[in-house]
Amino acid sequence: MAIATQDNAASVGRIGRTFVYLVLLLFALFYLIPFAIMLINSVKPLGEITGGNMIALPQDWTIAPWLSAWSTAQIGVEPTGLKPYFWNSIRMVVPAVVICTIIGALNGYILTKWRFRGDTIVFGLMLFSCFIPFQIVLIPMARVLGILGISGTSAGLVLVHVVYGIGFATLYYRNYYAAFPTELVRAAQIDGAGFFQIFYRILLPSSGPITVVCVIWLFTNIWNDFLFGASFASGDAAPMTVALNNLVNSSTGVREYNVHFAGAILAALPTLLVYIVAGRFFVRGLMAGSVKG
Amino acid sequence: MNRANSVDIRTRLQEFLPKLVLAPSFALVLLFVYGFILFTIYLSFTDSRMLPSYGWEGWENYSKLFRIREWDTAITNLAIFASLYIVICTVIGLMLAIFLDQKIRGEGLLRPIFLYPMALSFIVTGTAWKWFLDPGIGIENTMHLWGWESFEFGWIKDRDMAIYTIVIAAVWQSSGFVMAMFLAGLRGIDNEILKAAQMDGATNFQLYRRIIIPLLRPAFLSAFVILSHLAIKSYDLVIALTGGGPGNATAVPATFMYSYTFTRNQMGIGAASAVIMLMTIAAIMVPYLYAELREKK
Repeated sequence: MAIATQDNAASVGRIGRTFVYLVLLLFALFYLIPFAIMLINSVKPLGEITGGNMIALPQDWTIAPWLSAWSTAQIGVEPTGLKPYFWNSIRMVVPAVVICTIIGALNGYILTKWRFRGDTIVFGLMLFSCFIPFQIVLIPMARVLGILGISGTSAGLVLVHVVYGIGFATLYYRNYYAAFPTELVRAAQIDGAGFFQIFYRILLPSSGPITVVCVIWLFTNIWNDFLFGASFASGDAAPMTVALNNLVNSSTGVREYNVHFAGAILAALPTLLVYIVAGRFFVRGLMAGSVKG
Repeated sequence: MNRANSVDIRTRLQEFLPKLVLAPSFALVLLFVYGFILFTIYLSFTDSRMLPSYGWEGWENYSKLFRIREWDTAITNLAIFASLYIVICTVIGLMLAIFLDQKIRGEGLLRPIFLYPMALSFIVTGTAWKWFLDPGIGIENTMHLWGWESFEFGWIKDRDMAIYTIVIAAVWQSSGFVMAMFLAGLRGIDNEILKAAQMDGATNFQLYRRIIIPLLRPAFLSAFVILSHLAIKSYDLVIALTGGGPGNATAVPATFMYSYTFTRNQMGIGAASAVIMLMTIAAIMVPYLYAELREKK
């Protein structure tokens, strides 16, 4: 996105420009309003939502819904709030992201700098694995986790996310290392550097940007996953997304919309934070995931 | 590397090492992806109910599947959802990208606003939209309170319209992403071509219609592939927004597979539906990935 691009846009008439700004602003509202409504209603007493206007600001500001969503709301049968599930998600995401990134970096290094016969097929198989509908692996995965004795645990979810994250991690690093001058690697080889030495000393120091992209992508995907969480850890080890869905759908008594909104924001907070802090890399990750090869 | 005949063990080890490091993760992928796919395909030909069972039934599950009304609903819903989702996201994405590319002031502020929903979980999006669209407390109620008594927007409770609420929420979530793809495409276009066309007296409209949009073909293709892949896999959004209801009016193949496999104890049929989902995605992804990989060579 360089400066040169500015010339792409030929100037439009004044009316045209007003129209363009108007449309852009309307869409900005379209994207912002849902989150604003969530935020407004998460600090409102329940009565003001059920008996009042969803768009109005609260008359009585309260953080009770947040406290309730975090620590006392009914999730399934237990009044634990989302807190334990938040930590479940952390326990699942962190190891999965770390392991996946390390494997992805090594795979990318091998597939670009230590090419061998059939490496394109290996990569192709890994690449396609990113795009399978996960329904096709649910049944055998449930069996295997059962056999390994880790079904319904965070460890089980880590395994699942590592396995299905390898493809993307490999894709990122492979594309990144492909542009890295192979001559440098060859020169180091002639100097007697070994496989791991070359990786640590030569490739790793310049892998910062792609590592950020890869970590963000994996973090967002794994944090936001629902299907695997619901299938393999719907009980005590459930991740945040599953718990949020239980919170919203399990309320036996009054529907506490304000608590639901607070819970939804809590579930969105980590990925949103990542997006705000490192949005640039987030977008790059999305693009790299879509423009493959 | 023609040093294979070297007697130096260390060198040979060095040549073997990369494959050794790659092997475990490749084996994992082979087993957990391709092995599992084969296993599920196998199960789809068996009489599995609550647990996998190995009595061969041939195509029985598939012929049953296509006689189930809910599957019919699921397929129809997917067709409606996927086509609207892809078309609307593409139109909005392209429009926003073109508009943002007009030397807009505040572009740096607008772009992240258009894109942030992509960082949210579909469960969060679903929860939020579930209550906005709820006639009791959401948009309909707000309009009534503002004095527009006759306003009605109860799609989410309406069997015939509920599927469109899923389109709305999904478009909200992903259209900004499509915008980003098109914007990247626009910014990659060579300025010389545009200048030449302008010198030839092309109007803005002609410029876009004849030159820029055709040049964006790769972005269109990527957007189509990614969106259709997301549409076929969509499960969380449906669960969070409508739970597949009212009744099973918003069932899609992903929810169908889950409910037949894990709650209705019809694993054979569930496996068959998963195989059909895989085949649909493969029909789109394989040619695309193949072309991408070949281009790189």
